[in-house]
Amino acid sequence: MTALAPTAAPSVAPSFVTHTRLLTARALRGMMRIPVFVVMQLVQPMIWLLLFGALFRSVVDIPGFGSGFGGSYLEFITPGVVMMTAMFGAAWAGTSFVQDMDRGVMDRFLASPTSRGALVASTMVYQSVVAVVQGVVVVLVAVACGARFPGGAVGMLVVALAVVLLTALFSALSNAFALLTGQQEALIGISQLITLPLTFLSSAVMDTSLSPGWVQTVARYNPFDWAVVAGREALSATPDWGLVWSRLGWLALAAVVMWWLATRAFRALQRSA
Amino acid sequence: MSPSTPRGTSITGVRADDLRKTYPGRRGAPTVTALDGLSFAVPDGTVFGLLGPNGAGKSTTVKILTTLSRADSGTATVAGLDVAREPDAVRRAVGYVAQKPVTDPMDTGRENLVLAGRLQGLGRRDARARADELLERFGLTAAADRLVKTYSGGMARKLDVALGIVHRPQVLFLDEPTTGLDPEARAEMWAEIERMTGDERMTVLLTTHYLEEADRLAARVAIVDRGSVVVEGAPSELKDGLHGDTVVVELATAVPAAPSADGAPAPRARLTQVVGEAGLRDVVVDGTQVRGRAESGSAALPGVLAALDGAGIPVASATVARPSLDDVYLRYTGRTYGSADRAGAAARETEEVAA
Repeated sequence: MTALAPTAAPSVAPSFVTHTRLLTARALRGMMRIPVFVVMQLVQPMIWLLLFGALFRSVVDIPGFGSGFGGSYLEFITPGVVMMTAMFGAAWAGTSFVQDMDRGVMDRFLASPTSRGALVASTMVYQSVVAVVQGVVVVLVAVACGARFPGGAVGMLVVALAVVLLTALFSALSNAFALLTGQQEALIGISQLITLPLTFLSSAVMDTSLSPGWVQTVARYNPFDWAVVAGREALSATPDWGLVWSRLGWLALAAVVMWWLATRAFRALQRSA
Repeated sequence: MSPSTPRGTSITGVRADDLRKTYPGRRGAPTVTALDGLSFAVPDGTVFGLLGPNGAGKSTTVKILTTLSRADSGTATVAGLDVAREPDAVRRAVGYVAQKPVTDPMDTGRENLVLAGRLQGLGRRDARARADELLERFGLTAAADRLVKTYSGGMARKLDVALGIVHRPQVLFLDEPTTGLDPEARAEMWAEIERMTGDERMTVLLTTHYLEEADRLAARVAIVDRGSVVVEGAPSELKDGLHGDTVVVELATAVPAAPSADGAPAPRARLTQVVGEAGLRDVVVDGTQVRGRAESGSAALPGVLAALDGAGIPVASATVARPSLDDVYLRYTGRTYGSADRAGAAARETEEVAA
């Protein structure tokens, strides 16, 4: 079989950027046309925050919890809930691919010079925009409930960056699954079998220094935890910037690799078509 | 059947050479052969029809030619470009209107067109101008800013076609453009396709399972059966190749194929023999319909009716017609088109085609 480079044309770079922009705009347009969906997207993270905040409020009283953290539990879980919202949303990113494949829109794009990389990237950008807005809502609700974040504006920007990278990683994963299976059901698998365990094998809602050793080990390699740690550190009074940037760096690398893999999945689709 | 145009004599719009494609059977089922050495050639700037019943391999062929799928073996070129080696260039040269709707229901008609144009490389202004032009031409201007999910089936199908030609492709693939449309919308679509191919000089490859559609729109047709081309030529040429007339007799009741219990010959075999002796060739019985051919239909018909009457087989009606593509199909595949189409997709809505 001849080695084929589906994105080998010299004009790829400009069309990648333009196509990503056009396709992201299409996705945002589609979302805004379903107001109920927009409202649900905004209400759901608030529920997470208030639910977890109330449920586990007294865990900060456990001796040793958040050594060096010193804030309230609401302050502890705010970055956790921001990242949870981002990852849960991104896990469903492949839905739009599945819909496009069902409708024949995907075939139309694929029979045209539409950049494959841009098809994947546009859902990454779209989901990131949604997740950042959701993150802002979560932080505002937390502040309204009395939480304070000494990290300030710089800390918030770092949180936003972590949200974007985490969303990008899981959107690309979800897209790859969508392309390989063509089935919405496969996305339920990602959502239930991958993202949920990753949430609880992290420091999102619980300080892992109080968890069993193996959980701490898993958390160290858990991309979701990288985002939570980077965000929480950046919002603290004295961030460990080395830790923040190493976690963000790994997250960025993982997102780029996953984007590449998802883009490759178009070839598998072509072989099975 | 090999392509009729010799290699390299002129730029060929589309050429397929010995395409083969199998799909793995699901859950232990045997592999499915979709294409079994399919070949044809479409002269540049003409309308070519791939005609065949559901499941004959037409859509698979179009998917390979538009780079959506890959053949297991064989080669294909579109506008002189190899689909396996130069997929990016092929994608810039072709327009593709799939069998199923390809519009985005959550965008307006205009948004669908502008986005398609932009993805094809048109600038913002050009894409808008082209969208306006196409909306006008397909009679969709009034609905341009409505979401496509509110469109009727016929309107959405027109938009599908408009999306396929937004970038003025060299080669346009229309995969069953009128399947599922009501007769009125179908007639409109035919007129539109004729106008389109006249106005913009493009090569059009049309797949259809409507014989009359191929007859009306295509300069040349290839009849596809079970993954390969059984015959190729101009519709008139193919019909002229069958000498004489077609005689169709509708019986009052269907005649069983199985022999009766008392050991008498099977009623259907006897029926075939009776009309054969009365002068009909190539007799095929499909349900209540008996089709055969005769040098002069009007001369043969009285004898056929008398023979049936003599055999005690009641007749509902009888017609004599010039050969149709249906007869061509029958001649080359040994099955009536209607029965093959029904067998091809029992689940799918099919229409009996008037021959």
